Amino acid sequence: MGSPALVLFLAFYLYPALQNLQFATRRWDGISEPENVGFRNFTNLLTNDDLFYKTLGNNIEFTFLVVIFQTALALLFAVYLVKNTKTTIALRTLYFFPTILSSVSVGMIWLFLYDPNFGALNLFFKSVGLPSFALNWLGSETSALYAIAFTQVWFHTGQMMVVYIAGLQQIPKELYEAAEVDGASRWKQFTKITWPMAMPTTLVVMAYTTVQSFRAFDLIMVMTNSTAGPNNATSIFSTLVFFTLFNELRLGYAAAQTIFMVLTLVLITWLQRRAFGKRYEK
Amino acid sequence: MIFKTTRIFALLTFAALILVPSLIVVLGSFKTDAEVYNKPLSLPEHWNFDNYRRLLSESDLDISFRNSVFVTVASVVLTLMLASMASFAIARMVTISGKVLATLFAFGLAIPAQINLVPVYYIFRDLGLTNSFLGLIIINITTTLPISIFILTAFFREISKDMYEASEVDGASPLRIYRSIALPLSRPAMGATAIFLFVINWNDLLWPLLLIQESGKKTLPLAMLAYRGEYFVSFSMLFTAVMVASLPMVIMYLLMQRSFIAGLTAGAVKG
Repeated sequence: MGSPALVLFLAFYLYPALQNLQFATRRWDGISEPENVGFRNFTNLLTNDDLFYKTLGNNIEFTFLVVIFQTALALLFAVYLVKNTKTTIALRTLYFFPTILSSVSVGMIWLFLYDPNFGALNLFFKSVGLPSFALNWLGSETSALYAIAFTQVWFHTGQMMVVYIAGLQQIPKELYEAAEVDGASRWKQFTKITWPMAMPTTLVVMAYTTVQSFRAFDLIMVMTNSTAGPNNATSIFSTLVFFTLFNELRLGYAAAQTIFMVLTLVLITWLQRRAFGKRYEK
Repeated sequence: MIFKTTRIFALLTFAALILVPSLIVVLGSFKTDAEVYNKPLSLPEHWNFDNYRRLLSESDLDISFRNSVFVTVASVVLTLMLASMASFAIARMVTISGKVLATLFAFGLAIPAQINLVPVYYIFRDLGLTNSFLGLIIINITTTLPISIFILTAFFREISKDMYEASEVDGASPLRIYRSIALPLSRPAMGATAIFLFVINWNDLLWPLLLIQESGKKTLPLAMLAYRGEYFVSFSMLFTAVMVASLPMVIMYLLMQRSFIAGLTAGAVKG
């Protein structure tokens, strides 16, 4: 009974994944006869491609920022809203709301908010007497990546908050009652009960957020005009692969890039497990 | 005291961060550009649907809307069918084939399908599946199968073994057990997965961008990206496009918040 699903999966996921390995050893524009170049695509990427290193750096920085801030905020709001009352449920519904929008819509909304001339953000800074904060958010090399990271956090914090709330509601209430009797402060209760007990959820949230941040492709396409920002400031792996594939018509090179994308993703996820997984086992 | 104050401050700030941009978009779709830029939060001077009328006459967003509905509904229905059958097989067959299936799909869960951008583009071009709804539907199904199977398998496993065994004794075939027992009992899980799939497919940009170039075949996010290129200077028109694209989702969300939240976090909680 699983065979129809299996056939599709083998034909359009596993087979392409294997073929990708073969593509990565070719020089090919997709039309003429492919040329076998061995590992030259990989060595070129590693030794002779500044854009690749810039992209790698951007991608790691972006993922790091989004994972840290989104996870922290999601946990904070989950702690604030864990009890089921009318107000907390209404706020959860509101916080979750951006998740249902398309990334293209979210990108367009923030494109306006960040606009240097017409945008609401700069209008706000000017009206409260802080004109020096009115920047060209997406047009400047220093701020573009951070501006998109902020949008990404805005987009998905509510979703991860709900995941956390489900996790926090599993923690036995007796633990908090006992701590209350012992006179433990709220902060103590958080560090000694909530944080360690929620660690399995934290690992899930971080892993999910990591994969999600690699998909920020859509936001970048909309917000920094598909050329990946001023001086490639918002180039991440997925936009780079697209650029190499469609603008440069270098299929083999793009395939090699996707392999590094996977390696980076796997490495980050593994590091997270190592960093937090151990403490969780104690 | 400090806890209470910071709590209220943080909660209100984030609420404003979501409410204010949403209001700007809703109001902006009824305004002129000048109004949007100078007083983004004011009420429109004249309430009218001019922007919406202009959007319909100047763009192909209505065609893209229809395309998106078709592709999304077909993808969701087919994925649910295939995923529930496979999950049933995995949950019920403790034999080798069940394990092989589970391992394969776990692999797909760990490694996102976007690594296949290059070969999928090439394969689909050779099969004539670019600029085709069938191509999009196939890739939608393939990329969402692993997560759907993951969620559904967990639910099929929870159904008590006695139920299955009793019906086996009665001589029911696996297909019969799947249809008359597993499926009806897993209706909540199927609903949650359906919503999850619906939102993912409706909002997806990556695969349409890879596979669709013909303007008549574009899905909504793709058409909006093109529209943004043309109307970069007119935010009131972009807001109108955002409204049209988001309205179906927003209405569904308001009608069934609980199922939406359950569906969209099922992928994360179970994964």
